Amino acid sequence: MKPAPFDYVAPTSIENACQVLADAGGGATVLAGGQTLMPLLNLRMSQPFILLDINKVEALKGVSRAQNATRVGPATRQCEALASAELAAALPVLTQALSHVGHHQTRNRGTIGGSIALGEPAAEMPATAVALGAVIEARSVRGTRRIPAREFYLGPYMNVLEPDELVTAIDYPDWPQGHITLFREVAQRPGDFALVGMVGALVIESGRIARAGIAWFGMGPTPIAAVQAEQTLLGQPIDAIDPQTIAELAIADTAPFDDHHASAEYRRTVGRRIFARTLGEALNIRKAA
Amino acid sequence: MSEPQSEFRVEMTINGRRKHATIEARKSLGDFLRDDAGYTGVHLGCEHGVCGACTVIVDGKAVRSCLMLAVQADGCDVTTVEGIAQADGTLHPVQTALREEHALQCGFCTPGIVCTLTALNQGDEKPSEEQMLAAMSGHICRCTGYQGIRRAITRLAAGEAE
Repeated sequence: MKPAPFDYVAPTSIENACQVLADAGGGATVLAGGQTLMPLLNLRMSQPFILLDINKVEALKGVSRAQNATRVGPATRQCEALASAELAAALPVLTQALSHVGHHQTRNRGTIGGSIALGEPAAEMPATAVALGAVIEARSVRGTRRIPAREFYLGPYMNVLEPDELVTAIDYPDWPQGHITLFREVAQRPGDFALVGMVGALVIESGRIARAGIAWFGMGPTPIAAVQAEQTLLGQPIDAIDPQTIAELAIADTAPFDDHHASAEYRRTVGRRIFARTLGEALNIRKAA
Repeated sequence: MSEPQSEFRVEMTINGRRKHATIEARKSLGDFLRDDAGYTGVHLGCEHGVCGACTVIVDGKAVRSCLMLAVQADGCDVTTVEGIAQADGTLHPVQTALREEHALQCGFCTPGIVCTLTALNQGDEKPSEEQMLAAMSGHICRCTGYQGIRRAITRLAAGEAE
């Protein structure tokens, strides 16, 4: 239960960090909060030659405004994001999801960008980025590119980043004040990885759904956007929405698996139910308001 | 730390005392505290962040010492369970509450629980009973069944352990 030997480096600037990644030629792994990477190192499931610690890069921390978006530095700690009044006002569902990320003790070290870059399929942060339509900014010595969260994930712990690229920002597009938030997960105990979970946001204009972003976690090899459900919801008068029908469409986009915690069938059954219930409750609250 | 290296000289404050050492980059803070600094109250259980026994306080926050490298604690202020009571042995209110409510049996998980609750209770703003209970999801106890720990938290929240 000890990591294999590695060289460690903790630069203080993005430029230096990118240079280390470039020089390492694929042999470096980025260490942010370490709350998922350190177990992988301890279990020797990950054995990098170089561990690049970004905790001293101040430019990667904090919450700021970008164009029509809230920009979150990837090295922002989950506990700080959870306490951010700015995030709670702009992206209430992100705050809600954060309270389910790990435990108090792991949120004190864990970061938003670490969770997103690692891409554990059952984690809340990747799915929230997918649901809200976040854009991930990645930099290397070759340049900067912006990757929609929906195009970021390839499989469990696999994403489209090149070995020399570093996540430098997560831009969450603005959602209008008063939008509806959707969040529910089923886990064995609070803070554990979800067996099944869904997260999303809806905008209602003149009694109709004007914008929808919904994603699953724990329901396949990556976070999964409920695209069919989103497209069907768009333009519908909220009084005409049948949550069960939308839940069926949402389940159709998933690809859950069997593991020793739950079967794929269990995940589908529970997923269908929490989706319909969460959507129904959110719309009923809105109808009553 | 601008060039990749496998060994580092680190210096940190542990329980109010300065400690410096030359360590391998791959050494966890938990192993450093136990093996190099001699604070064997740091209990390493699962070593992958699940059990919570190794929780210590780094710069005021409760963190898993198995999920942090010792080199990352360079320059930090670290408190282990050995540094919670006063120098004359007077127990911290958290320790008093756990003791009076029989919240430990074998005691393996206790140092982590003491550190989490102490970190939460050190600010001016006292945590609610719900906040303290929620933080206990980060600790696994395999013998008391948690009820003593719950009662200790109720007592702490009510301010009865001062």
